[in-house]
Amino acid sequence: MASIGTGYDLSVTTFSPDGRVFQIEYAAKAVDNSGTVIGIKCKDGIVLGVEKLIASKMMLPGSNRRIHAVDRHSGMAVAGLAADGRQIVARTKSEATNYERTYGEPIPVKELADRVASYVHLCTLYWWLRPFGCGVILGGYDRDGPQLYMIEPSGVSYRYFGAAIGKGRQAAKTEIEKLSLSEMTCRQGVVEVAKIIYGVHDEAKDKAFELEMSWVCDESNRLHQKVPDELLESAKAAAKAALEEMDAD
Amino acid sequence: MTSVEGLLVCEQDSQRTLSPYVTGTSVIGIKYKDGILMTADMGGSYGSTLRYKSVERMKSIGKHSLLGASGEISDFQEILRYLDELIKYDDMWDDGNSFGPKEIHNYLTRIMYNRRNKFDPLWNSLVLGGVKNGQKYLGTVSMIGVHFEDNHVATGFGNHLARPILRDEWKEDLSYEDAVKLLEKCMRVLLYRDRSAINKLQVAKITEEGVTISQPYSLKTFWGFNAFQNPSKGAEGTW
Amino acid sequence: MARFSPYDNNGGTCVAIAGADYCVIAADTRMSTGYSILTRDYSKICKLADKCLLASSGFQADVRALQKVLSSRHLVYQHQHNKQMSCPAMGQLLSNTLYYKRFFPYYAFNVLGGLDSEGKGCVFTYDAVGSYERVGYSSQGSGSTLIMPVLDNQLKSPSPLLLPAKDAVTPLLENEAVDLVKDVFASAAERDIYTGDRVEIVIVNAEGIRREYIELRKD
Repeated sequence: MASIGTGYDLSVTTFSPDGRVFQIEYAAKAVDNSGTVIGIKCKDGIVLGVEKLIASKMMLPGSNRRIHAVDRHSGMAVAGLAADGRQIVARTKSEATNYERTYGEPIPVKELADRVASYVHLCTLYWWLRPFGCGVILGGYDRDGPQLYMIEPSGVSYRYFGAAIGKGRQAAKTEIEKLSLSEMTCRQGVVEVAKIIYGVHDEAKDKAFELEMSWVCDESNRLHQKVPDELLESAKAAAKAALEEMDAD
Repeated sequence: MTSVEGLLVCEQDSQRTLSPYVTGTSVIGIKYKDGILMTADMGGSYGSTLRYKSVERMKSIGKHSLLGASGEISDFQEILRYLDELIKYDDMWDDGNSFGPKEIHNYLTRIMYNRRNKFDPLWNSLVLGGVKNGQKYLGTVSMIGVHFEDNHVATGFGNHLARPILRDEWKEDLSYEDAVKLLEKCMRVLLYRDRSAINKLQVAKITEEGVTISQPYSLKTFWGFNAFQNPSKGAEGTW
Repeated sequence: MARFSPYDNNGGTCVAIAGADYCVIAADTRMSTGYSILTRDYSKICKLADKCLLASSGFQADVRALQKVLSSRHLVYQHQHNKQMSCPAMGQLLSNTLYYKRFFPYYAFNVLGGLDSEGKGCVFTYDAVGSYERVGYSSQGSGSTLIMPVLDNQLKSPSPLLLPAKDAVTPLLENEAVDLVKDVFASAAERDIYTGDRVEIVIVNAEGIRREYIELRKD
């Protein structure tokens, strides 16, 4: 942590002499420590998956959701500070509805991602604001087909075939690269995402987790929905089986 | 200030509906064995000119409700936008809960009454029908917020011409076929006596299974009565 | 050309009679507009507290809004004071609520009935802008001009000028009061087109609340 004590990391409006904004990098750290979040683009849609770390065993299953619907055809998965994420989700929802109110059609995913990225970026420009401590993966379906975007605390947003953020992102990205996404249906994708999340989870070091998954695909009528329970359960079973097989080897 | 009725009265009032522009006439709704049936014609009147002939005045709202409207068409379409947004935000909770017809009716009631309090009414009479958890629901709201539930409801001329028929012939366990026949009987009377009614109508159905709105169709009519063919007969010597 | 009017008269008649240990509150269930009947089964009586009921006629949308205001104010009262509001307290609240909209009034004609904190029957009667009075009996709404004189004749309330002041409660027994209510409604329905279909009668006494219905002319 070369930046500490230099005074250049105290404000989001101060650059360091070598041209970095440390506060944004710290915000990115908050994301890097969070549970892994994955999004993939299959041939017929998008699958989002979250390794939701459980803070307490007394918490009800399904609480503290990290995947949110932001429009009928788009969903957002949050890594990092969940509360910051809800702020982004709220803004995304209002951008989506505002667009539809004005133009009478659902917002294109690209437009939505751009607007959200601008909002996230805005919070890195003023001394009285703090950058968001979260990164989001936005998946949606419009007339150009399924699309996947990732927006980071700095406000950059890129379009991906497969994206991963959080603790296990490196391992997850390696696994995603091995998939042949363009030939895969979302039904198959769900199982693959489940396998990856179970795979990158470190049972010894990490807290217990809950697998949260959603999709936007032809099977869900191009609407953002939670992955149906039976499919989620079978994906979990397949993931656990794959893990055991690996351990046996 | 201009004194032209229905135009802008003064700057402050320029954003308010003082009188309607394009309007739809009666809507009728009834309960039947499996749910609710509703009917409305597809005319849109600009004063007494038949301006539009394919206006859909019944729409499904969420999973469990059906909304029909008479009155200002643009206000109805604005209401549909309100409801779509309401339902969308509710759906995004993704918690398995959804608005039933009772909730939607109450919401509409508050919207209509609120706007009349601002002297900026939504110029409609609305009929809301629906089925949720095996419960049938049928209610109506007027543009000033008067609302109630009943086994059969009708707006505008329908209240004068259709409801007396319904009071005579409506039964709780009407079959679908009989219910449609009853509605068509009412619509035929309206077609004959309400000058803004047109012979192109839809029948909408809502049950536990969901909403179906029929393709537009017309009723068989008979104009061969003596009084229709020779309206001045019997009026000789009166003028 | 159609012009906007924020009011409508949906008709209806309300009656309340207070006795020594009971109160009868009644209203017909017809809702009309002009010469049309909108529905034959709309309750005009709203239970605001355990021993306090409001019967209202006039413009239905305003009446409903008024009932909602009073109900939510009563809910807040319960949270703050941990008890039901008394009927006289509700009476004052209703007056304030009506007067608050003095210059865009609730077009509502109210009779509030129930038991006071001593368990005696009480009736409050109002105009649309909130002036009110505690009385022994009252009638409001479209049939009130037909009913009020009959009640005056049958119940002979003691003059408010008498000293010392006498209780305004009527000397009738509970069942006599209920029968009187049935008679006055049947009579009002003969001449008032806005009164008819059915009467809802609510009786409040120490035991609690009881409801009765009788049929009226439907034409």
